[in-house]
Amino acid sequence: MIDPAPIHASSTIRRFGAAKSGTRDAWRMRLTNVALLPLAVAFAWIVLSLAGKDEAGVRAEFAHPCTAIFMLLFILASIVHMKLGMQSIIDDYVHAARLKEYTLMANVMFSIGFGVAAIYAVLKLSLT
Amino acid sequence: MAEFDLDADNLAARRPLSPHLSIYRPMLTMLMSIAHRITGAALYVGTILLVWYLLAAALGGTPFATAAAFLRSILGQLILLGFTFAFLHHFFGGIRHLIWDSGYGLDHPMREWLALGTLVASLSFTVVLFVAAHLLG
Repeated sequence: MIDPAPIHASSTIRRFGAAKSGTRDAWRMRLTNVALLPLAVAFAWIVLSLAGKDEAGVRAEFAHPCTAIFMLLFILASIVHMKLGMQSIIDDYVHAARLKEYTLMANVMFSIGFGVAAIYAVLKLSLT
Repeated sequence: MAEFDLDADNLAARRPLSPHLSIYRPMLTMLMSIAHRITGAALYVGTILLVWYLLAAALGGTPFATAAAFLRSILGQLILLGFTFAFLHHFFGGIRHLIWDSGYGLDHPMREWLALGTLVASLSFTVVLFVAAHLLG
């Protein structure tokens, strides 16, 4: 049976109410939070193994599939996580409508820009 | 007239908006929550450093030499120290949020311990990681 669309204000929430896809960001934040626990450890491990290394040493490190794959996974999870985190900061502190629109756009562009540049560098390091 | 001014800007200005921190006495849990947000924002900016290093290494030659020299300089080391602390504080803060999300640790003594734990763990692991990096590097 299909719920008839309410034509008056009701105190009873039907189906998902106003929520619908509204929990998507919260879900993605939690998903990337869990994913980043092991990936952040892997990232710290990689950075430690890169410490003080020269160019050939860095290349040799990224030539290993594990280093490249974990670094790429860390970057992917980070893009989503940092985009959502900055989005909630903007939601909380930026109240002027036009400025909010621009900062939200800049946030998406920065996050994707960082991701593409980092992924390009890791692929170039490990595959060439 | 003055009480029902429907001008959008005036409405927005009168609506209670975050942050309104001044009404609270500073507490450890609150400070760790603020630090979680600040370290998150710092890591966001810190990604520029990571991309710079990765691109420089991918290009090799002079760009890598420049990046490596900067990271070895005193300013570079200070930034790396700050990055390490922000990373670890946000990491342990993230674990705290996962514990809360699963419904545990919200009662009074536990949330104080978690706040203190976040601070102690992030400070001590910063020292451990930084010493390890210098021993390895």
